[in-house]
Amino acid sequence: MPFKLVILWTDALVFVLLAAVALFALHVRRHDHLAAPWRKVARSPSGMAAATVLAFFVAIGLADSLHYRPAIAVKDGKAVYAVEVLSVFDKLAERLRTRKATTYSAPLATHRYTKESIELPDGRQVRDYPRLKHGGSHLRDPVADWAPDVARRCLYGIAAGSVIWFVLATLLCAGLARGGATDTDTVWRAIWRGGTEVPWRTVLVTLGVLLAVGSPLVALAAKYHVLGTDKVGQDVFYQALKSIRTGLVIGTLTTLIMLPFAILFGTMAGYFKGWVDDVIQYVYTTLSSIPGVLLIAAAVLVMQVYIENHSEQFETTIQRADFRLFWLCFILGIASWTGLCRLLRGEALKLRESEYIQAAKAFGVSEFRIIARHIVPNVMHVVLISVVLNFSGLVLAEAVLAYVGVGVDPTMTSFGGMINSARLEMARDPMVWWSLAAAFCFMLLMVLSANLFADAVRDAFDPRIRAARPFRLAARKP
Amino acid sequence: MIAYIVRRLLYAIPILIGVNVITFTLFFVVNSPDDMARVQLGVKRVTPEAIQKWKEERGYDKPLLYNGAAAGARQFTDTIFYGNSVKLFAFDFGRSDQGRDIGYDISTRMWPSLAIAIPVFLVGLLLYVTAALTMAFFRATYVDFWGVVMCVTMMSISSMFYIIGGQYLISKLWGLVPISGYDVGPHAVKFLLLPVIVGLVGGFGESVRLYRTLFLEEINKEYVKTARSKGLTEARVLFRHVLQNAMIPILTGVVVVIPLLFMGSLVTEAFFGIPGLGSYTIDAINSQDFAVVRAMVFLGSVLYIIGLILTDISYTLVDPRVRFE
Repeated sequence: MPFKLVILWTDALVFVLLAAVALFALHVRRHDHLAAPWRKVARSPSGMAAATVLAFFVAIGLADSLHYRPAIAVKDGKAVYAVEVLSVFDKLAERLRTRKATTYSAPLATHRYTKESIELPDGRQVRDYPRLKHGGSHLRDPVADWAPDVARRCLYGIAAGSVIWFVLATLLCAGLARGGATDTDTVWRAIWRGGTEVPWRTVLVTLGVLLAVGSPLVALAAKYHVLGTDKVGQDVFYQALKSIRTGLVIGTLTTLIMLPFAILFGTMAGYFKGWVDDVIQYVYTTLSSIPGVLLIAAAVLVMQVYIENHSEQFETTIQRADFRLFWLCFILGIASWTGLCRLLRGEALKLRESEYIQAAKAFGVSEFRIIARHIVPNVMHVVLISVVLNFSGLVLAEAVLAYVGVGVDPTMTSFGGMINSARLEMARDPMVWWSLAAAFCFMLLMVLSANLFADAVRDAFDPRIRAARPFRLAARKP
Repeated sequence: MIAYIVRRLLYAIPILIGVNVITFTLFFVVNSPDDMARVQLGVKRVTPEAIQKWKEERGYDKPLLYNGAAAGARQFTDTIFYGNSVKLFAFDFGRSDQGRDIGYDISTRMWPSLAIAIPVFLVGLLLYVTAALTMAFFRATYVDFWGVVMCVTMMSISSMFYIIGGQYLISKLWGLVPISGYDVGPHAVKFLLLPVIVGLVGGFGESVRLYRTLFLEEINKEYVKTARSKGLTEARVLFRHVLQNAMIPILTGVVVVIPLLFMGSLVTEAFFGIPGLGSYTIDAINSQDFAVVRAMVFLGSVLYIIGLILTDISYTLVDPRVRFE
């Protein structure tokens, strides 16, 4: 075998989540009343544009969740595997990962950002900006060749992007034409008139903008550090792309972990009332009265102590980092399930008085069967809305936690980590702005599209739910 | 009314006991004092004697819950649980792991926190309500549409960027105020200005959007239609009817944070070098000072519970339909 699969904790959960989403989608497709609100989401232009952007992020995040250890040698017919754990995404972006500069360099630069003593071939020393080892190293005369080369690569990128766009657009039209029993040409014209039910024009325009910006970036990344390099010479573009997975994992797995608790306890409290309600209310009031960031900080401190005292359990740094990420999700989940639990309790209190539940009771259906068959399906819209609303809050919270020093492992790239290490660079002279700018753009794109998508989902399922507030670290963020 | 408040205060006691048990479990049971000592003293090359000494200095060498070696009531009082958790109820925070008096630190450090939090709170409420009311006035026009777009964009930006951007733009580029620091007396204003502005901008998107929704909900109610059909002007409808009724959920919604204003904001204070309770907490987390973190968790919970009680009382005051139960 040329490689050995490595399944990290969070990888496993990511794929569990993926399977759950796929099953849910199948279930929804088969039931028309469940699919109706989703069709409404699909009709929202802003929601579909956001979903297109999110799909890009998810694709990168998934590619970054398939981990393996490459074989480096064969000994006695047995392969020896590298210590380093790589992901499929790392393999795709191998050039970005391995070709490091020594220290800061500006986006697309051919020379380093700071002056240094260089030894000339004749033995003299001058203070100048040294050439970069990789960025623009193929240029013979960097001053004269740089601009035409960058322009040429941009054009290549855009050309490739347009080809991809046309292929995707044609596939979409062909697919729609088959489904609607018309020809591709009619569908194409309907899309451009904006006459389709699902706003495909918006999707195609969003896709076009993404490809127009993304493909030149990728084309340039082959020979340059497109977004510059950081203090230790790592490519900022690569870091920003790697941060996507961390953000997605924190935003989704946290919810996955907390959902069972919130649904079970929330519906039980509302359905049974009495002492069950008292106990559950007591537990979530107690947990929610501890300020979120302090509970997280306290739990992470405790976990750090655990990791430091049990370092033998973690073979590689990536496993340790992954364990920390997993626990961070767990703790964030504990800190954020109370809001949803309270909402579900309220819903269940209302539902238990409804006639169909009374009828089920009269038929002698067991209590837990009533909860599972009648209550839970009827509160799922509340769950769904709070899941999508939570996502953006969690991604933002990660940045704050990184600053407080209780975020993800320092060896794991994340938006928070990028901001945290870049914030002092603004005070440098000349200023190093690209790390921060890259984190800003990627994070804004991710959170903004998540927010827009969440709004579309909320409007489709229940526009009145306002109380399902996004997760916040403190009661208020002054 | 009095009986209601007393009952609510009594309800708070079991919750605080729960908070205490959680922090006690996190800090002393899951992680033994030995673990803490090892981390504080450096994991490698630490002697058992050094650990013992560290624990003795901080009173962590006692048994957790029950001290068999002591006599009488001291069997329960001469323990970690009593010394470090029960005493919190009397607001006796003890000493930090660095040996400082936590109670004194808190009483001096809450003033700078309040100096930022109160202006942000009051000006913010005024600003956000005004902005939201303006958007509600121009509803279904471009003003409203772009207002919402701006709000959604602003709430998608991490608070860290507002701080870094504010420091760069206002302090470094325009040189209007110092980047960070703090001073007592009237000189404090120039240090407080930037954190307050950043706080206001940072909270803008989310609050304005929420208040706008509240206003629009109110505008669509029957009594507003009646007011309009009587021939009242739009301004009078908005100010006399919509604003006054929508202020009920807005005010009762913010009451819960009033006690928490003491705690300050972690990130803002740390970035601007304000010696408040927020930066105190961050310092404690970074230096792994468990005693301070424990004290802050307890204090935060107490203040939050007070906020909840105040919220309930304010509901009964503004809405006569809500009865004391």
